[in-house]
Amino acid sequence: MTVTGSPIELRAVTKRYGALNAVDQVSLHLDPGECVILAGHNGAGKSTLIKLILGLIRPESGTVRVLGETPGTPAAARSRRHIGYLPETVALYPSQTGVETLAFYARLKGLSPAGNPALLSRVGIADAARRRVGGYSKGMRQRLALAQALLGQPRILLLDEPTSGLDPASRLLFYEIVRELRDQGVAILLSTHALAELEGLADRAIILRKGQKIADGNLSQLRHQADLPVRIRITLEAPPAQPLPEWRQIAAQRFERHCSERDKLASLRAAHDIPGICDLELDHPGLDEMYAQFLHREDA
Amino acid sequence: MSPTLILIRKEIRDSLRNRWVLAVTLLLAMLALSLGFLGSAPTGSVKVDPLTVTVVSLSSLSIFLVPLIAMLLSYDAIVGEIDRGTMALLLSYPVSRHQVMAGKFLGHLATLSLATFLGYGVAGVALQAAHGEFDPAAWGPFGLLIAASILLGASFLALGYLISALVQERATAAGLAIGVWLFLVVIQDMVLLGILVADQGRLITDAALNVILLFNPADVYRLLNLTGHENIAMYAGMAGLSGQVTLSAMTLLLVQLLWIALPLALASWVFNRRAL
Repeated sequence: MTVTGSPIELRAVTKRYGALNAVDQVSLHLDPGECVILAGHNGAGKSTLIKLILGLIRPESGTVRVLGETPGTPAAARSRRHIGYLPETVALYPSQTGVETLAFYARLKGLSPAGNPALLSRVGIADAARRRVGGYSKGMRQRLALAQALLGQPRILLLDEPTSGLDPASRLLFYEIVRELRDQGVAILLSTHALAELEGLADRAIILRKGQKIADGNLSQLRHQADLPVRIRITLEAPPAQPLPEWRQIAAQRFERHCSERDKLASLRAAHDIPGICDLELDHPGLDEMYAQFLHREDA
Repeated sequence: MSPTLILIRKEIRDSLRNRWVLAVTLLLAMLALSLGFLGSAPTGSVKVDPLTVTVVSLSSLSIFLVPLIAMLLSYDAIVGEIDRGTMALLLSYPVSRHQVMAGKFLGHLATLSLATFLGYGVAGVALQAAHGEFDPAAWGPFGLLIAASILLGASFLALGYLISALVQERATAAGLAIGVWLFLVVIQDMVLLGILVADQGRLITDAALNVILLFNPADVYRLLNLTGHENIAMYAGMAGLSGQVTLSAMTLLLVQLLWIALPLALASWVFNRRAL
């Protein structure tokens, strides 16, 4: 089966729960090999959006296309073998062992369980694979859940808050695997609160608030949209001979100034011309700060 | 392997592992044995095969127990998996909701059938062995009893699935399942009996009674057992009633199958439209 459409395509999708618009006129688009972060507070509509893409719920209006199919139709049910999903609350069957769990899900995707041991060691739970999932720690359950999402080389990965409550080692492993898959051309949609950690990973971020999309773009676009000040810090060899009016002194030989994204280059040139400059630090606002800025701006 | 088969396999393995099959088998076998040995005491002089008498008492017992076991198996099947979050993951796989419903139901049905077959079967063999004679003729009605019990269980499984697909919380499903069980197995018959006594046959004719009984899978099971074998009806002291029952075994079987198919189809329809 060849799939022509883009992996995920949403157009003006609205989903209501009673009077509440859980998702409100959201359009989004994912290309192969793109890792997109879905950010927003609890209840902003992240999980609802993922459920719409999976076809667990249907939108009131708008169109959803996943691998060219409308979720919830029999054709979409077949194309789901190309989707890997990691739910927000990892729920596996506690009486099954890790091996059995993965074998069960592999069979459902029409795969032979032959490749499972490799997958289990890839996520680092090969040692515990013969134990019952009920006795697993949260990190181990999350790793096993990640393994099931990776079954059968998916074309789309939907990861709903995958790293919440994970130890740093699991987190690093997790990012490593996601990066690898992205490079292989998998379209990845990742919902999270931990934006800062994903800066190097994300090609694009979408920020949701009360079901509406309030920002969408790659990091530099978001930076421009957020218009948060950039911080420049300089260190001088000796205390300056004349006062530096635009700079604020933070130590004997250290100065700091804030400027907007637009004035960044001009400010850097000006800093370069200061006599006796021996070091320069440039501090961009992180994803977390931009995220806070976007939400704050909407509230105002 | 089709997704339905994979799910059936998983359900059966789960119920073997969590000792459901074992517990139900033991329960049914012990009750069948105690009824068989106690019930056969007074028949010593009448020279009746112990198995035949046991069928009568067992059918009265099964009518309470089998539906209860079926309800306990099924009430959690849909709402429980939704509640725990395993359903969302399952449905992200290339499986349709009809297949999920069919797979789980058939898996539970296999569990219940296995336990009934083993439990009653073991008891039947033990009873005959204890009496030192093997009478193949008595196995006919006994086999029918097992088959009818499985059908009864299936219809209550289907009702349990319907409840499980309808409600939002597991506690509600549990309460409703027990309520439906109580109503169909205990209350409806008592109310009907009261009405019949008060009515003295003025309004409710035999024909009307037949129809009324069809609206309850437990009553259909009772009729199926009583009319299935004339000896049984006689020993059950119900020869009179079964004389009035004009429904053929075929009709009863058909109605019992409807009691399985309709709730299950409805459950599947409800589940298919449900937002997760």
